[in-house]
Amino acid sequence: MSEQDAAASAPQVVSSFLEQRKEQIAQRWADAALFRSVFTISRDEAVEACKAVVDALSEVAVSGQLENVSAPGFTDVRDQLGRMAATRTRAGSTPGQIADEVARLREPVVDLLREEFADPAGPQAHESALALTLLLGTLRLVVMETALDANAELIERQRQQLLEVATPVIKLWEGTVAVPLIGTLDSARSQVVMESLLEAIVDQRARYAILDITGVPTVDSLVAQHLMKTVAAARLMGAECIVSGIRPAIAQTIVQLGIDLGSVLTRASLADALAYALSRQGIEVSRADAGASAR
Amino acid sequence: MNQPTPGLPAQIPVLALGDVLLVSLQGELHDGMAEQLQHDITNRISTSRVTGVVIDISGVDMVDSFLGRVLAEIASTARLLAARTILAGMRPAVAITLVELGLTLPGLVTALDVDRAMELLSQRGS
Amino acid sequence: MQRSGQASATSLPIGSDADLAWVRQHVRQCAAQLGFGLVQQTKLVTAASELARNTLVYGGGGRVEVTPLDNGRSRGLSMSFIDSGPGIRDLELAMTDGYTTGGGLGLGLSGARRLVHEFSVDTEPGRGTTVTAVAWVAQVPASRPGVR
Repeated sequence: MSEQDAAASAPQVVSSFLEQRKEQIAQRWADAALFRSVFTISRDEAVEACKAVVDALSEVAVSGQLENVSAPGFTDVRDQLGRMAATRTRAGSTPGQIADEVARLREPVVDLLREEFADPAGPQAHESALALTLLLGTLRLVVMETALDANAELIERQRQQLLEVATPVIKLWEGTVAVPLIGTLDSARSQVVMESLLEAIVDQRARYAILDITGVPTVDSLVAQHLMKTVAAARLMGAECIVSGIRPAIAQTIVQLGIDLGSVLTRASLADALAYALSRQGIEVSRADAGASAR
Repeated sequence: MNQPTPGLPAQIPVLALGDVLLVSLQGELHDGMAEQLQHDITNRISTSRVTGVVIDISGVDMVDSFLGRVLAEIASTARLLAARTILAGMRPAVAITLVELGLTLPGLVTALDVDRAMELLSQRGS
Repeated sequence: MQRSGQASATSLPIGSDADLAWVRQHVRQCAAQLGFGLVQQTKLVTAASELARNTLVYGGGGRVEVTPLDNGRSRGLSMSFIDSGPGIRDLELAMTDGYTTGGGLGLGLSGARRLVHEFSVDTEPGRGTTVTAVAWVAQVPASRPGVR
């Protein structure tokens, strides 16, 4: 048999080996930390999970794409691998440690493979063991990839949640809504603020919208620009925007930066802004006992 | 050559409610139709007693600089003919886009919806 | 979800008012399918309208090529407006807010640029102009099969 023939058939050998010895491999893997610590309900559950991975590896081997991380064979177990990686991460494992755990799956199964050959040290056994090692290396990469993906998605989800949580639009009165802004305003947050405020104007049929920046630490020209855009957009929809809570230090910065907020209606505090919005709607607020004592 | 755009009337109807003209824009608007509308409104104001024009754009999902210019010109022309124009019902996405585009239409009076626009006209009218 | 399964580039003519409406409708549809949010859709359609009108008014007509994009992390839309008109002599001036030779508000090029993420103009006097605008769906990681 020429060397090339041996190389070409090695993945086939590995594939049928995985298929035939699935039960044995699964039994050996089920006790490995990677599976045991994730599938805690029963050992059978871990064995089933191992079998799914062996099936996937066999499918990838038969397709000959030993080194292809996105081989279709992996599709079915990505979800499972992702959950395993996520569980290990939550338990405090670093991606490196998880990779090591995957690497430790190699030895038991390679040993098993070598036993299949009449001459476990012969060239054919060596060829197949090499193919299997390659395949398990790819599995390691797939696990790493799903782990990193899961992390990236978690971060993105948290970022989105933070955006939403940090910008509640409050109805202060019939026809008056307000957003108390807290923390640094970047472009992404400004977009969310603008969109949710404008949506609230429609939902509440609000004539007045208050942007309170008491909780904003600094106002640079970019933030000022976002504020002015929000005011302009609200006006186009038929609502008047009031910016309140400009602290003295921020007022100074605005003047020093040469930002012209002249077109923007401002009030010192949220209360002042609300009082303005109410009086413009012909609503008067007075103490109840003031009327009583006058009697 | 040119396929007709589905769901489009050839002309935009202009309703008269007392001395107020009400125009409701819907969906896709051809440049030609917008210009025709500008012409129609000007004609109506000059031939009958009109004190206000309400343009309802709650059914419009995009305003570009062309339509923006037409709307602004309708308002300025109406003002010259002693009628006030109110743009009503602009959607949030349209408003954000117009501002990003750099078009803030400073000369136009706006209202949340047609009801509010009518309210505004009657307040100032009396 | 297969990346290769996506629609390829579509070419639409720009020769009349009615064509502008078709371009807007097509861009709206593509953007919605790609998962753009309502505000982003509106920005894209408006940019398309501005640029298509430029092609019609200044380029003497032409065509637009609309191509869905996928860079593995995010999906996007590319629109190229192509004419073989007189070209733009002073690009810097044409990109200035308020500059116009066509009686509009002069916000066509400069305004459209603010509505998208990437913007490029390729022009040569006498040979025509190609304006390309690209927008990406607001950063949400591309979902992989099986990963939650």
